[in-house]
Amino acid sequence: MATTLTTLAYLVASVLFILALRGLSHPETSRQGNVYGMIGMGIAVVATLLKPGMSAGGIALILLAVAIGGSIGTYIATRIQMTALPQLVAAFHSLVGMAAVFVAAAAFYAPESFGIGVRGNIKASSLVEMSLGLAIGAITFSGSVIAFAKLDGRMSGAPILFGGQHWLNLGLGILLLVLIIAFVGTGNGALFWIIAILAFALGFLLIIPIGGADMPVVVSMLNSYSGWAAAGIGFTIGNLLLIITGALVGAAGAILSYIMCKGMNRSIINVLLGGFGTDSGAAAAAGAGDRGPVKAGSPEDAAFIMKNASKIIVVPGYGMAVAQAQQVLREMADLLKKEGVEVKYAIHPVAGRMPGHMNVLLAEANVPYDEVFELEEINPEFADADVAYVIGANDVTNPAAKTDPASPIYGMPILDVERAKTVFFVKRGMASGYAGVENELFFRPNTMMLFGDAKKVTQEIVQALQK
Amino acid sequence: MNPSELAAQAEATARRALELAEQARLAAEAAALQAAPVAAAAEPFLFLLTIFLLACFVGYYVVWNVTPALHSPLMGVTNAISSVIVVGAIMATGLAYSGVATAFGFLAALLASVNIFGGFIVTRRMLAMFRSKKG
Repeated sequence: MATTLTTLAYLVASVLFILALRGLSHPETSRQGNVYGMIGMGIAVVATLLKPGMSAGGIALILLAVAIGGSIGTYIATRIQMTALPQLVAAFHSLVGMAAVFVAAAAFYAPESFGIGVRGNIKASSLVEMSLGLAIGAITFSGSVIAFAKLDGRMSGAPILFGGQHWLNLGLGILLLVLIIAFVGTGNGALFWIIAILAFALGFLLIIPIGGADMPVVVSMLNSYSGWAAAGIGFTIGNLLLIITGALVGAAGAILSYIMCKGMNRSIINVLLGGFGTDSGAAAAAGAGDRGPVKAGSPEDAAFIMKNASKIIVVPGYGMAVAQAQQVLREMADLLKKEGVEVKYAIHPVAGRMPGHMNVLLAEANVPYDEVFELEEINPEFADADVAYVIGANDVTNPAAKTDPASPIYGMPILDVERAKTVFFVKRGMASGYAGVENELFFRPNTMMLFGDAKKVTQEIVQALQK
Repeated sequence: MNPSELAAQAEATARRALELAEQARLAAEAAALQAAPVAAAAEPFLFLLTIFLLACFVGYYVVWNVTPALHSPLMGVTNAISSVIVVGAIMATGLAYSGVATAFGFLAALLASVNIFGGFIVTRRMLAMFRSKKG
């Protein structure tokens, strides 16, 4: 295939990728969008395979790699539980990072393949781009591995902090820059690998101080990095498709990070410095005494009140996902709807462990997407709701975010559940949420605590409703 | 000064002018030769940078239009398409200028393929679940 044709094919693929993202503006167009994405990728791969000068042996090797990798990817993606989606995405990001490192290495040892010079004498501008792609790719890899381990429970979600941590990271960052400059000046192969190792270490060190519940930001950020890494490699090998796609992905990740930070009213710097959410459940228990009595109810009480309500808003949080309560929650909603009750769902931007995770879990439990609402849409409706059913969420409902400037969550947008006539909190105990802040709503007269496992409590409500 | 002397002098001056012109032409050519690689190195980079920045803007506006309910599928799709890095891996392996580069290209193609298939399939699974009240 002539170069012009290849370039045209890449252009078509770029447009298809843009359409794939465009489709996600609505659930109905999204499925078609995903198909566009697949076609775009197919075109890109085939056009590259048809480039002039491709050896038959090389093509055979690639097909082998695609067959092996494709089988593994298909196997994992068809079997993964939707609750494990965040760690899957983190793992996938690490692969993009590692692939960027490998392509940078390939470009370093065979610059002729990409027309950027000959081995040992690569253009300085290409070396700059190569080292950037390499460093970002390596950081993406090790950072994503840590994010995966934290999300998958293979290591504690608690922040790992030690003295001088941020100075160490800053020092390593500066050292990395110096090494990149030296590498561009000399084109030395040893420096290439030292940069890679240092960037691996840096990615690792950057993510360990960040707590488990800040992972939505981290996952979004690493998504962004994987895009920048691809763009860096695109610059290195002078490939427009890589540059365009990298920019799209980089922008997507950056926007998601921004939305997540805004959902917690924290700056990206604050999140990255880490240390937030060190466990302090004891503080809440200690403060409980002077707050007056907590009203605990039984599932039967809850079922009775909800049956007689006309409008119920369900507020699911990460606790619902942990307890796998989404299916039984939808059963409860179905029964209530049969009784003529209007049921809606309210999703906070940072509910779950990755952006939009809660929506997927509800969709999996066959909750129609037009019953699920975002914070800004649903907040005005709590005032005329009879019941707010908060299941596995806590901090995102805490009015202290609006009233107490001293609170760590002050300024965070919250769901106004306290405006509902009755608030149910399904919780295992009185422990505070991730932010370590006590929720005054637990002590209000119109709140009823339903203590127990989210799934078990909801199941008992379902049984009571069926009677 | 007689006319023949004048003519000889004019001829000598003309020849000198011609020599100077020739020298100027050579100098200009040399200058052009020296300038060419600089221009060639700067322009493609600027070209790529232009495309990159414009694509950032396209990404920005398209992604702000993504409904928050579909942010997880957005991650799945971006994950899959960022693996278009496989193009670099294919070139390194297929053009086979060095054994080491072929090996790295092979590994990169393998990892990127896990992502391409995994990313698109898991996104498809997610999107298939989103149904409206009617459907």
